[in-house]
Amino acid sequence: MNLHEYQAKQLFAEYGLPVSTGIAVDNGPDAKAAAEKIGGDKWVVKAQVHAGGRGKAGGVRLVDSPAEAQSFAEEWLGKNLVTYQTDANGQPVSKILVESCTDIAQELYLGAVVDRATRRVVFMASTEGGVEIEKVAEETPEKILKAIIDPMTGAQPFQGRDLAFRLGLNIDQVKQFTKLFLGLAKLFEDFDLALLEINPLVITDQGNLHCLDGKINIDSNAMYRQPKLKEMHDPSQEDAREAHAAEWELNYVALDGNIGCMVNGAGLAMGTMDIVQLHGGSPANFLDVGGGATKERVTEAFKIILSDTNVKAVLVNIFGGIVRCDLIAEGIIGAVHEVGVEVPVVVRLEGNNAELGRQVLSDSGLNIIAATSLTDAAEKVVAAAGGAQ
Amino acid sequence: MSILIDKNTKVICQGFTGAQGTFHSEQAIEYGTQMVGGVTPGKGGQTHLGLPVFNTVAEAYAATQADASVIYVPAPFCKDSILEAAESGIKLIVCITEGIPTLDMLVAKERCDQLGVRLIGPNCPGVITPGECKIGIMPGHIHLPGKVGIVSRSGTLTYEAVKQTTDYGFGQSSCVGIGGDPIPGSNFIDILAMFQADPKTEAIVMIGEIGGTAEEEAAAYIKANVTKPVVAYIAGVTAPPGKRMGHAGAIISGGKGTADDKFAALQDAGVKTVRSLAEIGNGLKELTGW
Repeated sequence: MNLHEYQAKQLFAEYGLPVSTGIAVDNGPDAKAAAEKIGGDKWVVKAQVHAGGRGKAGGVRLVDSPAEAQSFAEEWLGKNLVTYQTDANGQPVSKILVESCTDIAQELYLGAVVDRATRRVVFMASTEGGVEIEKVAEETPEKILKAIIDPMTGAQPFQGRDLAFRLGLNIDQVKQFTKLFLGLAKLFEDFDLALLEINPLVITDQGNLHCLDGKINIDSNAMYRQPKLKEMHDPSQEDAREAHAAEWELNYVALDGNIGCMVNGAGLAMGTMDIVQLHGGSPANFLDVGGGATKERVTEAFKIILSDTNVKAVLVNIFGGIVRCDLIAEGIIGAVHEVGVEVPVVVRLEGNNAELGRQVLSDSGLNIIAATSLTDAAEKVVAAAGGAQ
Repeated sequence: MSILIDKNTKVICQGFTGAQGTFHSEQAIEYGTQMVGGVTPGKGGQTHLGLPVFNTVAEAYAATQADASVIYVPAPFCKDSILEAAESGIKLIVCITEGIPTLDMLVAKERCDQLGVRLIGPNCPGVITPGECKIGIMPGHIHLPGKVGIVSRSGTLTYEAVKQTTDYGFGQSSCVGIGGDPIPGSNFIDILAMFQADPKTEAIVMIGEIGGTAEEEAAAYIKANVTKPVVAYIAGVTAPPGKRMGHAGAIISGGKGTADDKFAALQDAGVKTVRSLAEIGNGLKELTGW
């Protein structure tokens, strides 16, 4: 799960980290009032969406008056912001963050992530903050400084000092940086983060460190013990069908093709999409029905797949390990009846009682094509969807 | 020979009396696995499935000298269960549970390493040496004792590879599901080293998927250390790039992790790659001449 910038900064502030005075609003008059309350003569107004690249897309503006803050808010609220990190439809804007303006002398980068290769939380810092940090990492990896956190001891002050001195900071800034580093490490652990990023972390004209942006991604496996973060969840930022699928514990990702896929197991679901493409087809989605594959879940899965009007045929690929294929076949028949599926459905059942399952399907009298193998299933569903592209 | 487990492996189950623990322990016993007991705090002294129940893993280990423990407890309690097993003296832990918080696994994995304990999983089907010992949730009946070692990040994809190697008559020496989580207890390299050293394993099937760089690291290891024939399949050629919010993930992986990168690294290491998961058995046949 992702947080908005204003939510991330709330957490930063609670951990004593330097952030701008800011107020998140959801209408124009409140934006004006927020600017007046914050005071000063310059403000930054920022559209709140779960995506980077907002500045280049026009979602961040420096304004000189509270009235301008209001007009920016009215311009963006209720609209979608399209950035290089979103899809073509963009992400809906339902909150605007109004902040005091910060002078910038230098832009740094500070991030932390769970690194699979070292099995550690790794902090990364760079003098090349601001835009295009990915390019910096790719072209000049030596400019990305790292601190590796031992899971048994946690982050230590010396690691913060080490990063700070290597960044070329002066002794006052080293102290500020070390405090920031330790605070972020504690926040990372306390809230089960998967990713944390401050880009840019700026040095102000007065020489102080300041968190100008904040991105936080939370480990979804840990949500059960993060009630506070659960309240910060903004479902409007997620694909509606994916969110609906998640309610049924179905893992669904929409794609551009015309062959709907329903599979048990994430790996097999990806493998099934791959084999469809290998035979000239184009998958419309990734969908993992999980181990259970009960009639209720198969029914719901059909509804979700068919809510995509591009779908011309559906491939159901189930490897029945422990569950019996004849029971799955009955579930599929029940679902096809209930949902009123009008496109051809190709079914490949393998594993426990597979033969009986295929028999049940062919006896159903429905528009269900039983496949004898994975390759056969891919060929049949591609043909049913109108042939190879 | 085989890897990790055989007919002499004594196994206990943590979460023994729960629904999952009960169902899969019954299946394991039926398969011939030497189940010697289980652990459910508060039910010590009882008998379940004809086996003794203990309150703690330490008690279970003292009474049974079990070689391995399989964990079916719910995700919020798995860190504790893994650490309990690791501290008890048991040398092999197989954790089936999915959904364990990543930060819990960082600590659990580190402690297992410190204690010299082998951890398989979590979020995996488990380990099987066909005809001898089954620890996990895989369907026993699709396996055949034989000569192919299978290692995979995905449960159902492992079953596909098992079925194909069974249908071709090659059979399996051992099959290991290392699990799909970001922090697995064992990785491809750990298992590849065991298959390379195992006389019964004549060829290896490796099944990977997109994300991370475990397959690229395995490819480098194979190039330097594995002389047995290896067939590999990577799932996720068609998967879209992850919807990510920040840049940190891309930085740490240096832009790696696509299926094409992994296929290329494996081919460079002399591995036979197959683009269709239906071709795993045929790929083995072509590579080995069996």
